[in-house]
Amino acid sequence: MAFNGYGVWAIYRFEMARALRTVWQSIVTPVITTALYFVVFGSAIGSRMTEIDGVPYGAFIVPGLIMLSLFTQSIFNASFGIYFPKFTGTIYELLSAPVSPLEIVIAYVGAAATKSAVLGLIILATASFFVPLEILHPFWMLAFLILVSTTFSLFGFIIGIWAQSFEQLQFIPMLIVTPLTFLGGAFYSIHMLPEPWRTVTLFNPVVYLISGFRWAFYGTSDVGIVVSLTATLGFFFACLAVVGWMFKTGYRLKN
Amino acid sequence: MQPVISIEGLTKTYKSGLQALKPTDLAIRKGEIFALLGPNGAGKTTLISIVCGIVTPTSGTVIADGHDIQKDYRKARSMIGLVPQELTTDAFETVWATVTFSRGLFGRAPNAAYVEQILRDLSLWDKKDAKIMTLSGGMKRRVMIAKALSHEPDILFLDEPTAGVDVELRRDMWAMVRKLRERGVTIILTTHYIEEAEEMADRVGVILKGQLILVEDKTALMKKLGRKTLTLQLQEPLEVLPPELSDWTLELKAEGHELEYVFDSNAEKTGVPSLMRRLSDIGIGFKDLSTRQSSLEDIFVGLVHQSKTEAA
Repeated sequence: MAFNGYGVWAIYRFEMARALRTVWQSIVTPVITTALYFVVFGSAIGSRMTEIDGVPYGAFIVPGLIMLSLFTQSIFNASFGIYFPKFTGTIYELLSAPVSPLEIVIAYVGAAATKSAVLGLIILATASFFVPLEILHPFWMLAFLILVSTTFSLFGFIIGIWAQSFEQLQFIPMLIVTPLTFLGGAFYSIHMLPEPWRTVTLFNPVVYLISGFRWAFYGTSDVGIVVSLTATLGFFFACLAVVGWMFKTGYRLKN
Repeated sequence: MQPVISIEGLTKTYKSGLQALKPTDLAIRKGEIFALLGPNGAGKTTLISIVCGIVTPTSGTVIADGHDIQKDYRKARSMIGLVPQELTTDAFETVWATVTFSRGLFGRAPNAAYVEQILRDLSLWDKKDAKIMTLSGGMKRRVMIAKALSHEPDILFLDEPTAGVDVELRRDMWAMVRKLRERGVTIILTTHYIEEAEEMADRVGVILKGQLILVEDKTALMKKLGRKTLTLQLQEPLEVLPPELSDWTLELKAEGHELEYVFDSNAEKTGVPSLMRRLSDIGIGFKDLSTRQSSLEDIFVGLVHQSKTEAA
C-alpha cells in the first residue's frame, strides 16, 4: 500500500457530509451575506459611486467579495475540520490509522477547498443577478479561485492544529484576516489611496490575491499578475512547509 | 515462536517531565489474550498508545508482526485495532457511516457484508441508521468496538474495556473476545480488576509506576495474588500472643483488640478452620470477624518487594 486512497476518500467524504449536514451554515449563510453586500454597496451606494478603472462599482467589488468569502470559509472549514476531532478526542483514530501526513492534508484540505471553491462559484452566480459581469480570463479566474481556496484551507488547517480553544480558532480569522481583506482593496483600488498608505498597503499580502483575481475578471489590476501569482504560490508553499513541520514534530497532535 | 509484538527498551517521558514508562521489554505471543494489569496512572494506556501510534516513544522500538511501528507504520497500523478507554465518538454520524469510515481510513476496500456481520455480532444492526449521539453509553462502547474491528485487524487492543459497562455488555464482550481469539486474533487488554485478568487472560503483565514488574502465566500469578486477610475483633484485648497459637503467623493490631491472620485463599489448607477451633479451645472469644482480599495496591507492593528480594 503506497498510497491509502481509501483512507483519503473516507476522510474527504466525511468532511463533505459534514458540510451537507450543515448546508445552511456552509452555503446559505455566506450567499445571503454576500447578496446583502451587493444590495448595499452595489445598488444603494454603488449607484452614487463613479466607475473604477472603467468598471461600474457594483461589478468592481465582485472579485473582492468572492475573495472575502473564500478566505473566511476556507479557514473556517479547514480549521474546524481538524480542530473538532482534537476537541472531542476522536483524533485517536486518525493518529492510529495507516495514513500519512500528506494523505491527511490532501483529504482535509481538499475537502475544505472543494467547499470554498463551490461556494465562490455560487456567490459568483448570485452576483450575476445583481450586477453586469464579464470575465476576461475564465481560466485564470478558476485557477485563482482554486489556488486561493487551497492555500487558505491549508492555512486554516494550521490554525486548527494550533488552536487549543474555540476562542483561538476564531482569533486569527477575526482579528487578522478580515481586517487585512477590508484594507486589501476588496472595496476599492489601492490607487485611490494617498501616499504613504498606498505603499504601506503593498505589505498586505491580501492585496496581491484580490488584485490578481480582479485582473482575471476585468484585465485591470493594482499590481502585476505575475507578482500576484508569485505571492499566492509563495503563501501556499509557506503553509505547506509549516504543516510538514507540524506533522514531523507531532506539534499539538501527539504527545 | 516469533512474537506478534516485541517491545524493546521502550520508554516515555512526557514534556511535563513525568516518566510514564520506564525501560520496558515485552513480547506478546501470537493468538494469546494478554492482560496488562495495574492501578490507574501506572502507564498501561501510555504503553498501548505508543504501540498504536498515538504517543511518540522517547526511546526504544516496537515491532508488530515484523513491522517497525515508526519506520513501517502503514503495515504495522493496518493490522492493529484499538478500542480506547474514553467514549470518543462522532455525534452526528450514523452507526453505519462511522464504521464504514473506519474501514476506509484503515485502507480497506468497502465490504458491506463484513460490516453487517460486525454490527450483528455486537447487537448493533437495528441501530445502524441511528445517529451516535442518540445511543446509550453501552451502545457507544459497542460502536467503538465495531470501529476497531472494521478493518479486520490481527491484533486488538482493548483499553479498560469494562470500565463503566453493564453486566450484559460485559458478557457480550467476553464472548466476542473469545470468538476473536478462535479466529487467531491476538488481544491485549488493560484492566485494574484482578478478576477480569483472571477470567480472560492467558498471560498477565503487572505494571506499576511505569514499570512492568512481572509477566507470568495467569495460573501462576493468581496463586501469588490469592492472599487474604482475616481480622478478628477480640472480646478481651491480648497483651501477647499465647504460645498455643504459634502454628499460625498472627499479628496483634489495635493495641491487642484485633487479631490478624494473612492466608492464601487458593491453598488447599488455609488454616482458618483449625485456627477457629484452637481459639475456642483456649477460650479466646471474638465479637466479629471479617476477611478481605488484599487490595491491588497491597499485592503490588508485595510483588515489588518480592521481585527485589528475588533479585538480591
